[in-house]
Order: sequence, then C-alpha cells, then structure tokens
Amino acid sequence: MSATLAQKIWDRHVVRSAPGEPDLLFVDLHLIHEVTTPQAFESLRMAGRRVRRPDLTVATMDHNTPTLGGRAAADDVGRRQLDALEENCRWAGIRLFELGSPHQGIVHVIGPDLGLTQPGLVIVCGDSHTSTHGAFGAIAFGIGTSEVEHVLATQCLHQRRPRDLAVTIDGPLPPGVVAKDVVLGLIARAGIAGGQGCAVEYRGSTIRDLSMEGRMTICNMSIEWGARVGMVAPDDTTFAYLEGRAHAPRGADWDRALDAWRALPTDPEAAFDEEIRLDAHELQPFVTWGTNPGQAAAVTGRVPEPANEDEARALRYMALTPGTAMQDIAIDRVFIGSCTNARLEDLRAAAAVVRGRRVHPRVRAMVVPGSALVKLEAEAEGLDRVFADAGFEWRDAGCSMCLGMNPDVLQPGERCASTSNRNFEGRQGAGGRTHLLSPPMAAAAALTGHLVDVREIIGEEVAR
Amino acid sequence: MEPFRRHEGRMAPLDRANVDTDQIIPKQFLKRIERSGFGPFLFYDWRRNDPGFVLNRPEYEGATVLVAGANFGCGSSREHAPWSLQDAGFRAVIAPSFADIFRTNCLKIGLLPVALPEASARRLLELAEEDPATTVTVDLESRTVSAAGFCEGFELDPYARECLLNGWDAVALTLRHEDEIAAHEARRESWLPAITPP
Repeated sequence: MSATLAQKIWDRHVVRSAPGEPDLLFVDLHLIHEVTTPQAFESLRMAGRRVRRPDLTVATMDHNTPTLGGRAAADDVGRRQLDALEENCRWAGIRLFELGSPHQGIVHVIGPDLGLTQPGLVIVCGDSHTSTHGAFGAIAFGIGTSEVEHVLATQCLHQRRPRDLAVTIDGPLPPGVVAKDVVLGLIARAGIAGGQGCAVEYRGSTIRDLSMEGRMTICNMSIEWGARVGMVAPDDTTFAYLEGRAHAPRGADWDRALDAWRALPTDPEAAFDEEIRLDAHELQPFVTWGTNPGQAAAVTGRVPEPANEDEARALRYMALTPGTAMQDIAIDRVFIGSCTNARLEDLRAAAAVVRGRRVHPRVRAMVVPGSALVKLEAEAEGLDRVFADAGFEWRDAGCSMCLGMNPDVLQPGERCASTSNRNFEGRQGAGGRTHLLSPPMAAAAALTGHLVDVREIIGEEVAR
Repeated sequence: MEPFRRHEGRMAPLDRANVDTDQIIPKQFLKRIERSGFGPFLFYDWRRNDPGFVLNRPEYEGATVLVAGANFGCGSSREHAPWSLQDAGFRAVIAPSFADIFRTNCLKIGLLPVALPEASARRLLELAEEDPATTVTVDLESRTVSAAGFCEGFELDPYARECLLNGWDAVALTLRHEDEIAAHEARRESWLPAITPP
C-alpha cells in the first residue's frame, strides 16, 4: 500500500493502537533544556518514577544562557534553573552538554551537529521549534512540560494522526532569495494558522536543491504557520550531511541505515489530504512589518494598509505608517542567530555580505552562533574576524535575543533586523520591534542602518 | 489533575485573534522552576501598558472563563501559559480555534479549551461585553456551552474528555501498557542513535 513519508514513520512507531484512543507513539530521541523541564522532573520524583530511557535523552543549556561571561553572568533565577538541569541530569543519568562543553548549543542545532537527528525518527522536545529536525525526514514536534514528564517516564506519547499536507515548491530561487525568504513567503500566503493539525511535507525541485541548513530553516518555521510537523524526504544531501558525524551509524550499520532511509520517501501514488503549490520565481527577499511571522512584505514593497483591527494594532506597536517603503525603515539593532538561522552556512552567507565593509555607526549588531561547534568551525574559517572587523559583536552560542531570556534584549522602542523566527510583541525585549529576515538581508541592514535589498549591496551576480 | 466536569462562571472577553504565548506569559517569568505562582504575570505587558485591558477592568475581576479570538495560544510551547491562566483562576478558554501545542498543554492540566464556531464565540464576546455579570456554563459531560439564551455544543477528543472528566494521571495510564512499550523497544533496530549515559 502506498504511503506518505509521515505515515511510514508514524506506523513504525505505534506502540499501541486502540479504538477511541490516540495512538501511543514511541519516541526515539528526547531533547531537553533548562527552561521547560524542571517541573517535569519534580513531578516525576514526587510520583516515585524514574526516567525510562536516559540513553535516548540528551540535555543542553541554551535558552537562558548568557552569550558573554558564561554561567557566572547569569542572574540568580537563571542560574538556579541551570543548576536544576544539572542536578536532574545527574539524578537520571542523562548526558548534559553544559555551558563550556564543545557540544553545547541551541538544542535544534546540536542534534544535527552530533548526528543524533536522523531520518525516520520520532523526535520531541519541550520547544516549539523542534520541527527543525524534520528536515532530515523525521517526525519532530514541540511539546509542553506535562508531555516532557510523560516522555521521561514512558518514552512514549499519545498522539492523534495528523493530516498530510504537501507544500510543493518548484523552480530555481531568484538571486538574493534564500530559504528564509521561501518560508516567510509561504507563511504570508498560507496564514499563521494555515498548517494547524497537519504534518507538512516540503517537496519539489526548490526544496531538493536546498542544503540541509536551508531545509532546517524552512522546517524550523513550520510552527509559525501552525503545523505540527514539517519535514523533507531524506536524500543524498541528507546522507552526505550525516555521514561521519559523531552519532551517525558506521560501517555495516551505515549500510543498513541507508537501506532503511531510502525506503522512507513518500510513494509516488500516495495521496495527501491537501496541497499548496508555490513557484520559486515569485519569491523575493521578504521582511516582516507586523507582530506575527505572516505579516511580511517584499523588501522592495511598502508597509500595507491594515486590513483589520489586528493589523492596525500591529502597525501601532511597530510604529509604522502604511505606504512607507520597507527600505526607508531605519533600524537600531541587528541579531544574527537562533535555531532558524545560526548554522555555519547562515554565518557564511552573512559574512559574504559584510566582508570588507563597516556596520552603520548607529547600529549595534551581534552574531550568536547556534552552537559551540558552529562557533569553532566559523572561527576556523576566519568568519569571526570578518564580523569583528566590520563592528559586529561575536558571542557564545545560545538562543540569546531570539527570545531574550538572557541579558541580550532590545530596549523599549528599539528596532531590530533579526534572523530569528518570531516578531511577537515584546519577544526580543518589552517594547522592542522586530523585523524578521534572512542572514544576508540582516547583514545588509547592519551596514546601511535601514532595511535594504541585499541585491543592491552586493550586486545580483554575487547574490546568485 | 483535578477532574473537570462542569463549570459555571463569569467571562472575560479578549477580542483579539492570534494571541501568542509570549503575550500570555512573557519570557522573563520562565526562569522559575516552580509550577505554581504564575498568575500575577498573566498578560504581564498588556496589563501593565493598557489600563483598559480586560483584566484591568474591575467588572471582570473574578472571571473564570476567557473568551478570545481565533488561533489562541500560538507560538512557543511554554506550558507556563496555561499554568498562568489556571493560576489566575481561569478554568476554561473559549475561542474559534487553538494552536495545537497550547491546546494539548491545557488538556494535560485540566484547563478546558473549548473551540466554538466563529459566530458563536463572537456572540459570547458580545454577551460578556454587554453585561460583565453574565455567567456561562461549560459542561464537559454534555459538551455544551450555555449562557443567557445561548447554547451551543462543542467537540473534544473523546480520550482527552475521558481523562479530564476523571482527572486521570496520563503517565499512570500509559504505564499500564509497559509490556507493549517493552515489546516495541525489543523490535527497534540496533543502529538507532543512543547516547551512553555518563
């Protein structure tokens, strides 16, 4: 019988299926961090339960960690949370990549870094951007703390089968258009609740031609249009990325894994419940103007007239006037980082724009690598010098100003060009204003001090 | 979890769509390692910056049912969002639709998410705005919401409903199937990733 990628993985993970009950799914990999787990461990201990599979659980510190000065720079409450994670991991026998470890970093960056994220797995984490791991052809989704406790205790979760939604994107990307623009363009079209209840499979030649980093950027933002899961079928690009990584299968196991992974892609006759089609040639560099990721316009466009009270409210919060050219919007801060866009390829793309140029004197710009490993790799290529010479701050790995739980926050009224995933009110700091865009576009904004079409900075040929 | 069968209370109307969990509970409060005590921080920035915000209006003090716009609870998976609603006294949230993770989180802690058609949710918003003293009854056994001449049925996953009605501990339920979990574990390929515990 023909099946989609999501159906195949789902079926292989059903531990129990009973009438009237959601399926009980087995979890292959449970990623945990300091913010959404302390209460889960506490409940577990109070109930006299243990962690069933510490060997399928991996912990890191990322959400509240300072990007300067290490753990000592955390405030007392934040440090207590880091201490709690350390204590809980020791109690349960869970491997923890703490601050200072060469494998520490944003939970969705280290999974792929380490080769733990593999095709065909079910992966969960108490973080909504867990959908990132779907780029490898895995079912990966975010859960709350009660479900974290459930997975710690049982290594399983009750789940209703999602609907299958295909997003098919064909054609070569125009110059200056990168994965971030693909997903911002998609969300602007589908709406921020358009994927609700769905397992989304991104398909088509545009997706096939993307690197793993680009696929991760797109899958990462699946949650921003409400999808439960976002995934890409594994192929030679996936296998090449994985081969040789610390936890990828080796020798005869590698061959066995490859056989299993090659059988995963959606069968040609398999039917999706819904399909959305996009033409790559319609895409442009996008920037958000509002307070949700669907409120985006082409950088060459203008701030729109509000269509309803929610949009009017967003414009008031963002202090923007309809009709203003997007490129006339001046910015104060630039943040290159987050699980959306802080992998090596993202930093290279930003550095290519920055090289030999200077950050605008009014702008404070910051690069926060996604993981300690990405930071080391970038430094080995001299990217840290490129950024520092231009006037960027080069920081330690973590979530940082994507959500502003650490000292990296916007001041009220500050306007930021950010490669992160959410432009919600106050997300990067109370009263802060966020414009989401790609790493090359963020780099270009840092140089000019306003939103700008990166193609004007580096020329169409280079953008290609 | 406290069982949820039937609740009667006053409504707080929050006529906004796409309310994200960053608004429900801003990030600076996520560093706490306790499960309770989040109520005072519910909608922190909106309460602080807007004197006319619904939860600042004395006529809605003591409301226990929040009525809101579509796609309520989108964004971050933080369970602190339903914790803060529950800690502030809310027992149910009524909206045309909910973000998936938020809805699941609510169901796990006994805060009832009730999805009603857009027009019905709108009618409840109007009722609450016209007369803040209006009470609404959310009945999980009959799956109905009723208030001042208003009555509408709602759908809820039958398994989630059963768990809520009985206040069951989800972990204990799953652990009854430990033999099936073990059987699945025995079937897994040996090359799948695992990390040797320290």
